[in-house]
Amino acid sequence: MTGRGTSRRTTVLLGLVPAVFIGVFFLLPLAVIFGETLAFSRSTVTTLTGSSVRSVVWFTTWQATVSTAVTLVIGLPIAWALARFRFPGRQFVRAAVTVPFVLPTVVVASAFTRIGSLQIGTSVWAILWAHVFFNVAVVVRSLSGYWARLDPAIEEQARVLGASPIIVFRRITLPRLQPVLLSAAAIVFLFTFSSFGVVLLLSGGRRATIETEVWRYATQRTEFDVAAVLALMQLLVVGAMLWVAGRAGRKQRQVDGVTVDHGVAPASWRQRTQLGACLALALVVIGIPLVSLVGRSLRSGNAWSANNYLRLFDDPGPSSPLAEPIWQIGANSVWFAVLASVLAASTGLLAAIVLHRVRGRIAVFLDGLVLLPLGASAVMLGLGLLLTFDTEPFDWRASWFLIPVAHALVGFPFVVRSVLPMIRNIEPGLREAAATLGASPRQVWRSVDEPIVRRAFGVGAGFAFAVSVGEFGATSFLARPQRLTMPTAIFRLLGRPGAVTYGQAMALSVVLMVVTATAMLLIERGRGGGVGDF
Amino acid sequence: MPHSGTHKFIRVPSRAIVALIAACGFVLVACGSDVASTTITVVTHDSFAVSDEVIADFEQRSGLTVQFLESADAGTMVSEAILTQGKPIGDVLFGVDNTFLGRALDSGIFRSYKSPALANIPLEFQVDNGNFVTPVDYGDVCINYWVDAFDEPPSSLADLTDSAYEGLFVTQNPETSSPGMAMLLATVAAFGEEGWEDYWEALRANGVAVTSGWSDAYYGEFVGAGGDRSLVTSYASSPVAEVIYADPAIDVAPTAIIEDSCFRQIEFAGVLAGAKNVSGAEQFIDFLLSDSFQNDVPLNMFVYPVSPSATLPEAFVEHSVVPATSATLDPATIEANRSAWTERWVEIVLR
Repeated sequence: MTGRGTSRRTTVLLGLVPAVFIGVFFLLPLAVIFGETLAFSRSTVTTLTGSSVRSVVWFTTWQATVSTAVTLVIGLPIAWALARFRFPGRQFVRAAVTVPFVLPTVVVASAFTRIGSLQIGTSVWAILWAHVFFNVAVVVRSLSGYWARLDPAIEEQARVLGASPIIVFRRITLPRLQPVLLSAAAIVFLFTFSSFGVVLLLSGGRRATIETEVWRYATQRTEFDVAAVLALMQLLVVGAMLWVAGRAGRKQRQVDGVTVDHGVAPASWRQRTQLGACLALALVVIGIPLVSLVGRSLRSGNAWSANNYLRLFDDPGPSSPLAEPIWQIGANSVWFAVLASVLAASTGLLAAIVLHRVRGRIAVFLDGLVLLPLGASAVMLGLGLLLTFDTEPFDWRASWFLIPVAHALVGFPFVVRSVLPMIRNIEPGLREAAATLGASPRQVWRSVDEPIVRRAFGVGAGFAFAVSVGEFGATSFLARPQRLTMPTAIFRLLGRPGAVTYGQAMALSVVLMVVTATAMLLIERGRGGGVGDF
Repeated sequence: MPHSGTHKFIRVPSRAIVALIAACGFVLVACGSDVASTTITVVTHDSFAVSDEVIADFEQRSGLTVQFLESADAGTMVSEAILTQGKPIGDVLFGVDNTFLGRALDSGIFRSYKSPALANIPLEFQVDNGNFVTPVDYGDVCINYWVDAFDEPPSSLADLTDSAYEGLFVTQNPETSSPGMAMLLATVAAFGEEGWEDYWEALRANGVAVTSGWSDAYYGEFVGAGGDRSLVTSYASSPVAEVIYADPAIDVAPTAIIEDSCFRQIEFAGVLAGAKNVSGAEQFIDFLLSDSFQNDVPLNMFVYPVSPSATLPEAFVEHSVVPATSATLDPATIEANRSAWTERWVEIVLR
C-alpha cells in the first residue's frame, strides 16, 4: 500500500470485473425490460389501485415479516447450541441444516404437501413452515460461527452477579449479536418477500406475493405493463429495506480474535438436555420433511426397496420423460455448477475485497447492491435477458452459457457474504509485522493474505456450487438448450403420471440432496474455523 | 396494449452499452453467431419430447441441424414470443394450444405457411384458417378416477356435485395450470355462459380441492401416490401412462377416465415471423406432420397424432380411451373471455 491514490485506483480496478458482471447480466437486463414494458396506462392504474393488488402487497409483507420472525426464533436456539457446544457431528449438523436452503422448490413443495399420512395440503401454514425450512440455514450458519467466537465470560460474570438468563440474553447477548442478527434477518426477509415457488405451489392460488403476481401477469396474461409496475414496486421495497438494514448493520462487529472457538463439550446433564432439545428442534423443523422425502424415495409398490434408485439408470428413450441418461444429467448439473461457481467465486471475491476497502455511504450502497439479485424479480430478469441479448453478435439467447451465468448471479451474493468476514478478519497487525520484519509487499501477500484469500475463494466457490446444483427459479425463464440438470429432470419426472416416474423423481431429489450436503460438508472442512455469514 | 412503441428509444443506447461492455471481456460470441441457413432453432414448452433417432433421421434427409430451446409452460412460451416479436428466439415455435392460440394469432407472432401435408389432416383440427399455425397433436383433459375407490364412479361432470362424491375431487387452478384451464372450459362448454358459475359454486359446496399445478394434484392429493382424493383432473392418456410406468408391471390400468368430462386440447406449431431460416422452418413443419414424427408423438408426450395415417403404439391401442365426445370452444372466444372467466372462477372457488 503506497499512497491513497494508488490504493483507490486498485480498488476501482478490482471492482471492474464484478461491476461489469452485475452491470451486464443483472442491471442492464432489468433496465431494458423496464424500459420496454413500463407504462402507466389507465388499465394499469386501475389494476394497481384495485383491492386485489392491495391485498397482495399486504400478504407479501405480512408473510415475509412472520416468516422472518419465526425463522429467527427457531434459528436462534439451534445456532446457540452449535456455537456453545462441541459435540461429535457438529460439522455435520451445520451442513445438514443448509441442505434445504439449496433444494429446488419443486422438491420441497412435494415434500411439504404431505408428510407421512399428515395432509398439510395447501395452506398458509405450509407456506410459513416451508419458508422457515428453507431459511433457517441463513440464521443458523451466520449466527453460530460468530456466536462461537464471542467470549462467554461476560455472560457468565453477569450470571454470577445474579442476573437471570433472560436478562443476560436481552441485555448482553442480543446486543452483541445484533449486527449479524440484523444481516441474517434482512436476507431472510429478502427471500421471503420475493418468494415465488413456495407460494405458488403451496397455496393453490389462494395466496399471492408480488412476485407470483408478476409471474401471472407477465407469463399467463401477457400484461407486461402491470407486471413491470409490480416488479418495480418489489424492487423499490427491497432496495429500501436493504438501505435501512445496511445503515443499521454498520455497527462494528465484535469478534474476539480469529480462530478462538469458545464451544465446550456439554458437561452436565443440564447442558446435555439443552443441546438435545435444540437438536430436536432442528430435527423437527428440517428433519421431518427431509426424512419423509427419503422415505418416499424408498417406497416402491407398497414395499421398501431401492428400486427407484436403480431405475434411475434405466435407458432413456421413448416413453421415458428423461431424454438423457442419468449420468449425463448429473454431468450437466456438475458442469454448470462448476462454471457458475468459478464465475461467482471470482467476481464475488473481488467484490468482497472492494467492499472491505470502501467506507461510508458508498459502502452501504454497494453492500445493498450485492444482495439485490436475491430480491429482484427473477421473472422480469429472465425476460430482460431475452430482450437484452437479442442482437448479433450478442444474440446469446440460444446459448447454454446463460444458464451458468444466471446461476452465478444467484450465487454471487452468497459468495460475497461468506467471503467478506474472512477477509475482514485478516489482522492488519500481521501484515505490518511481516513488513517490519523485512518482507516485501509480495512476500506479505503470499504469506499473510494469499492463504486466507485462497480459502475464501474455496468456501465461496463451494457455496455457489451448491446453490447452482439446486437452482431452478431464474433459469426456468430462460430459453434453455435441451440439457437436463437434476432440478429440471425432477420437474419433468413430476410432470408424468405413473409410479415409476414418481419414484424416480423422489430418488433423484435425494441424490440432489446428498450432492448438496456433500458440497456443504466440504465447505465446513475448507472453512477451517473461519467466520462467515453463511 | 402493453406494447406501445413509445418506449423503444430506451433500448438503443442500452444496446450500445452492451456492445461496449461485452466487447471488453466476454469472448463468448462464437456460440451464437455462426448460425447459417443450415440450422433451425425450434422453441418448445417444457413438456416437449421427441426421440433422438427421429430427429437424426430428419437432419440426415434435410441436411439441416435442429436445435431445440426449451421455455417454461405454454403460456410463458407464448408470452416470451410476444415480447421478442420481430426478433424471435428461434425459427419455429412448437406447442401453442387452442387455449392460447387466440392470443398468439392476435399478436401476429407467426408467418403464414400452408404445409402440403395438411391435405391429409382432418378438418376438425384445422382451426386456423389463415394457416399461421399447423395442428400437430391433440389430447383430452378429462377427470380421472381411481378404479378401486368406486363401486359406482361418477359418469358426468354433473355427477360431481352429488353428495356421494363429496370431498373426493381435486382439480387445478386455471390461472396457473393448463389442465385446470381446460377443465374450466369443459364446464363452460357443458353448462353454458350462464350455468358454469353455478356449477362451480356447487362443486365448492361439495368440497372440491384446488392445487396450482398438475403434479401437486396428481402426486399430492390423488390416491395414486398416497393422497386421499380419488377424482382428479388429468389427461385421457394418464391411464396408459399408469400402465407403462407401473412397477411391478400391471395389465389393467388402476385409473380410468370419465368420458363425459373432457375438453380437447390441440397443439400447434408455426413459423415465427422474423425467422432467420424460413425455408428450413417450413421443412420442419412438414416433418412434424410426417409419419415419422407423428408415430413418435404418443409415447413421448402422451398425446395423439393428428395424422390419420400414423400408427398408434400397442399400449395406446390397448389401454387408452379416446372419449366419444370432447368439448371444444373457439380459440377467439377463449381469448376474449379468458381473463374474465378465470377471475370469476377464482372468486367463486377460492375466495
